[in-house]
Amino acid sequence: MRYAETGYNLEIDLSRGNIERVETDPRDTELYLGGLGTSAKILWDRVPPEVEPFSPDNLLIFAAGLLCGTPATGCNRTIVTTISPQTLLMAFSMMGGFWAPELKYAGYDKVIIRGKSPDLVYLWIHNDKVEIRDASHLQGKGATETAELIRQELNEPKAQVAAIGLAGENRVYFASIEQGRSSASRGGIGAVMGDKGLKAIAVRGTKDISVAQPAEFMALCNEVLEYIKFRNDNPIPGVMPILAGLGSPQEMKVHDEKWHTENFSWGNSRVRRKDFWNEDIAKQWMDTLDNMRTRLISCYNCPMTCGATISPPGMPTYMMKCFSKLTYTMAAMADLEFGLGIAQSATEYGVDGFSAPQVMAFALELYENGILTDEDFPGMPEDNEGRFYWLLDKIVRREGIGDVLANGTYWAAKQIGKGAEAYAHNNIKKHEQLPLKLSMLNPIYFLMYATGEKINITQIEGQFPQAPFPKREQREEFVKDWFQVPDEKFKQYFLDWEPRGENSIPYYPTVEMSCDIVDWQERMHYIDDALGMCAGLSSFPLKPPYHLHNYPKFISAGAGIDMDEEKLTQAAKRYRTLVRANNTRRGMRRKDEKPPKDHWKKRFPELEKELLDTYYAFKGWNEDGIPTETTLREFGLGYVADDFIERGILKKDGDTPPKDDAPEKDKEV
Amino acid sequence: MPGEKKTKTVKTIKVDVDKCNGCRACEMICSAFHAAPKYSGNNPERSRIRVIREPLRDLYVPVYAGDYTAAECAGRDKYTIDGKEYDECAFCRASCPSRDIFKEPDSGLPLKCDMCEGEEEPLCVKWCLVDALTYVEREEEVEEEEDDLGEMEMGLEALANKYGLNKIMDTVARMSVSSKGLDVKAKEED
Repeated sequence: MRYAETGYNLEIDLSRGNIERVETDPRDTELYLGGLGTSAKILWDRVPPEVEPFSPDNLLIFAAGLLCGTPATGCNRTIVTTISPQTLLMAFSMMGGFWAPELKYAGYDKVIIRGKSPDLVYLWIHNDKVEIRDASHLQGKGATETAELIRQELNEPKAQVAAIGLAGENRVYFASIEQGRSSASRGGIGAVMGDKGLKAIAVRGTKDISVAQPAEFMALCNEVLEYIKFRNDNPIPGVMPILAGLGSPQEMKVHDEKWHTENFSWGNSRVRRKDFWNEDIAKQWMDTLDNMRTRLISCYNCPMTCGATISPPGMPTYMMKCFSKLTYTMAAMADLEFGLGIAQSATEYGVDGFSAPQVMAFALELYENGILTDEDFPGMPEDNEGRFYWLLDKIVRREGIGDVLANGTYWAAKQIGKGAEAYAHNNIKKHEQLPLKLSMLNPIYFLMYATGEKINITQIEGQFPQAPFPKREQREEFVKDWFQVPDEKFKQYFLDWEPRGENSIPYYPTVEMSCDIVDWQERMHYIDDALGMCAGLSSFPLKPPYHLHNYPKFISAGAGIDMDEEKLTQAAKRYRTLVRANNTRRGMRRKDEKPPKDHWKKRFPELEKELLDTYYAFKGWNEDGIPTETTLREFGLGYVADDFIERGILKKDGDTPPKDDAPEKDKEV
Repeated sequence: MPGEKKTKTVKTIKVDVDKCNGCRACEMICSAFHAAPKYSGNNPERSRIRVIREPLRDLYVPVYAGDYTAAECAGRDKYTIDGKEYDECAFCRASCPSRDIFKEPDSGLPLKCDMCEGEEEPLCVKWCLVDALTYVEREEEVEEEEDDLGEMEMGLEALANKYGLNKIMDTVARMSVSSKGLDVKAKEED
């Protein structure tokens, strides 16, 4: 009997039209938990570095997290993994919504897609019945539209559908997979789905999901619910509204956008408008949101209303979440009405809300600077907003300059040449980042930006306040009920952190403290990504209901795996290292691990070197960012070590041992 | 024969559709509570509360299971409320042949809400942190029910179970028309 998980994966070979239900090895669950963890293992085993993103041998894995479908509040995430056409590395992107629990109720933990279908198809999973169905009539349809059409033709209103739009079909490198109010957007995984000729996966399940220790599990769930209520009633004072509560940043609720509009950059991540926000704009934007927003909505089994149904005038209704509210507005230097409108098209086309607006702003910057000319934009409207709609259309259809831009700013700049590279200035590992340009280097953020492999800062930050509180009394107040910390020392780190003076950035938190903090933050995200927990109730907010102290109990009572904090930390480190191993094998090295040059005005090359050296050693990686043989063997990843040695990535004797002065590993546990 | 008046406690769940966020936690926890052993598993398909949900049309109606009915309604109306069109069934609590909700997925047997007997409040209410569901107890004066059924009623009930009440009523109506009102007078005196 398997608990929490179903113990079965679906293996779909689209080239042959073959479908298999395969039992999984419970030992893998103990070692890699599930979701991202077990998917990273499958990619390691089956997708060697020679396999190109658009090869039929590339896998596209839809995974439900280990605890998805159990009563654990907010555990609803689908983790999609593949090799990204944009970064050429392992991509893992998550979506909330309703799809993962439905897959579990249908009796599967993962859907593993390989091969390529010659014609456009969709997959229909209904409990034990699984079909590959013709989707030629859905070609060119929007992602939301596709989901509706499939539900209608199957006469299954309760089916959950993950679909790509035109961008995915045309292999746009930043194409998303859309599902209800959610999307898996980063890394261009929608392009891989399109390349496989797979328009959608519809799933409907009516089976049971069991837990190992029902009473214990339910007691834990009740504690979480109670704590959510407590946190809803007690927002954290002294931080901006979106960081005060739980959930994803409450962008659909919040009207006050002073912080985002004045701290994030507009255009092609260029301009900071420091006194943009005023009463008139506040009023206008509030009216816009109030008029278009029909309802605040949630993902499966979650009380945090992070999403909303949006009905722009004259356009179909769609569902939105989080910061895509502002990315189009700010890239186009426009207003909220424009942003919420074009996001409707972007959602139907299925593009990433961070990359797409930046790519378009990048194109217009090249045009303004004479690198692209009128010839590249035949028929483009004069007005800025019209240009964005025009560009979006060209990109998702891959027409004219759109075909170049569809590969993202990094590859487009290379292809365009003539100095265009300087304008693709906001990338890490070839992927567009948040439009954020700041003044003083922050050591914690430096490490997260440099070494993050989920490519998005929001997917590695959290737990530790982003900035020091001005007064010591405020800090003392904050740490009083901060029980989520893995170790008491984190409280001290925060208490001593001052906005100015000796104990301020960039030299405080110290290099060692920064390593500890980044490691904790990253570990939480990696655990969430294996369990299928939404970051909004765990790794992202301050003082979340899920943390390192109750997670082991959830896993024990839920999945029946004997778990404690140390074992959980070991497991998370194991598959985190495996993610890095996949990327190392694909050529990722220290040279790739750097934030954009202009991310901060004030940079400190020596400090940055020390940060990276120390963090690598702390993680058990050599100075090029490659996990050492000792580390790999310690985590039970001997097979990776053997492969590295065979490929010449590591030398048997030249393994860089951790430095003597490096901080002790795992001490906080 | 008029029944005697007495009071009884009526347990109700007040549903505020405007507050529903569509998360279906109610479905999940209902099925977990009613699993045997309790909380050992969950499956929204076994839930005695379902959210009738069409996000793009902004329809969110949590509806909890009432009585079993053997036959579906003859006609099903549509209601337009605040510009949104609802199927009559969206508000109906019956476990009914016209739809697949409120039936055990394995056996097809009907499910009925029991207000989570033994708990302080129904668990769907407890888990609904957005307050779309609230639990209300109220005292109501009711006529004491006639317990023993007459012979004719028993017979009719058996027929109703077999053919459905509507069909019987249709038949009675047709018979009464064809017999040109022979028995109508007697019926009116009741």
